[in-house]
Amino acid sequence: MPSLPPIEKDVQKRAEKARPKGAFDEPETLTADPLEDAYYDYLLRLGDDALILGQRLGEWCGHAPSVEVDLSLANMALDLIGQATLILDKANNGDGDDLAFKRDVLDFRNCWLVEQPNGDFARTICRQLLYSTWQHMLFQQLAESPDSFLSAIAAKAVKEVAYHRELASEWAVRLGDGTDESAGRMRDGLDWCWRFVPELFEVDQPLEEMIARQTVPDPRSFEAEYRAAIGAVLAEAKLDVPPDQRPILGGRRGHHSEHLGHLLAVMQFLPRTYPDSVW
Amino acid sequence: MSSDWPLWEVFVRAKGGLAHRHVGSVHAPDQELALRHARDTYTRRLEGVSLWVVKSDEIVASDPDEAGPLFEPAEDKIYRHPTFYDIPDEVKHI
Repeated sequence: MPSLPPIEKDVQKRAEKARPKGAFDEPETLTADPLEDAYYDYLLRLGDDALILGQRLGEWCGHAPSVEVDLSLANMALDLIGQATLILDKANNGDGDDLAFKRDVLDFRNCWLVEQPNGDFARTICRQLLYSTWQHMLFQQLAESPDSFLSAIAAKAVKEVAYHRELASEWAVRLGDGTDESAGRMRDGLDWCWRFVPELFEVDQPLEEMIARQTVPDPRSFEAEYRAAIGAVLAEAKLDVPPDQRPILGGRRGHHSEHLGHLLAVMQFLPRTYPDSVW
Repeated sequence: MSSDWPLWEVFVRAKGGLAHRHVGSVHAPDQELALRHARDTYTRRLEGVSLWVVKSDEIVASDPDEAGPLFEPAEDKIYRHPTFYDIPDEVKHI
């Protein structure tokens, strides 16, 4: 068995750039070429969201409540992995695998919500409802972007994401308006996920650059619509909208929960142990 | 969980102009999710353009014990088969 390749290629450089303890909530300031950096950053955010959520959903494979649900979750996972492949390939000149499998946790730009552990089926559904509803609204607008790559990927993915949103909404209603136990699990799942919602609408400097170029939508433009849509699903599910909690921010700047490292350990093990293996 | 759910029979129309064909069954708690499960289970490889689901216990089936009186009388009526004339090549589905 070959020895493990080094994970950190530029530890020294990275250490010099590291910000002081507790500074991850501070907005990012840009260096060098702000526009190119912002575009690359945006691709990583979209691509990493899809990649990490796809990997999480894939963890259900063989463990879902029934074989039909197993397929539903795996189908969503494959849709998301497909989106991630296109976006990360674009970000890295055709080598998205390099970004997916050879970056370490601090270089990932996904939001906190998608890296959260599956928990039980109810928490997975809460996470999916909150993310897919946001992604659907974002991609509907992104499909109108003057940037031909972003508009093409969004136009293709928006149909997939619409289905994810519908499926998650239907399950949320059935579990919330189901038995005492399923409703309780939905409340716990919502309680877990709710503090990660504000991050979806955060606009920091790199995103501001992209919005200023009128290349991408400002997520704040659909925040009210988002909250109304989630509220409508929860009302039908006979669940209360949870009270707002202290927002957890920082995923877009590389600050993640401890869960992401464990996810990457599983996802990256094979390509890191047997680099460039083919079969 | 799925053992508590009723069974639904799934029918897929492969493309416009063709009839729905029975392809299998899924468990689901209700009709909307039965359609979702049918979509996720049986149309993953572009198999169809339309889906039907129907609760399995609402299908009325013939009794296998009556197969003799029901079906065997047709065995010696070969004149009922449309085999005595040529079918034009353009006719694809008959």
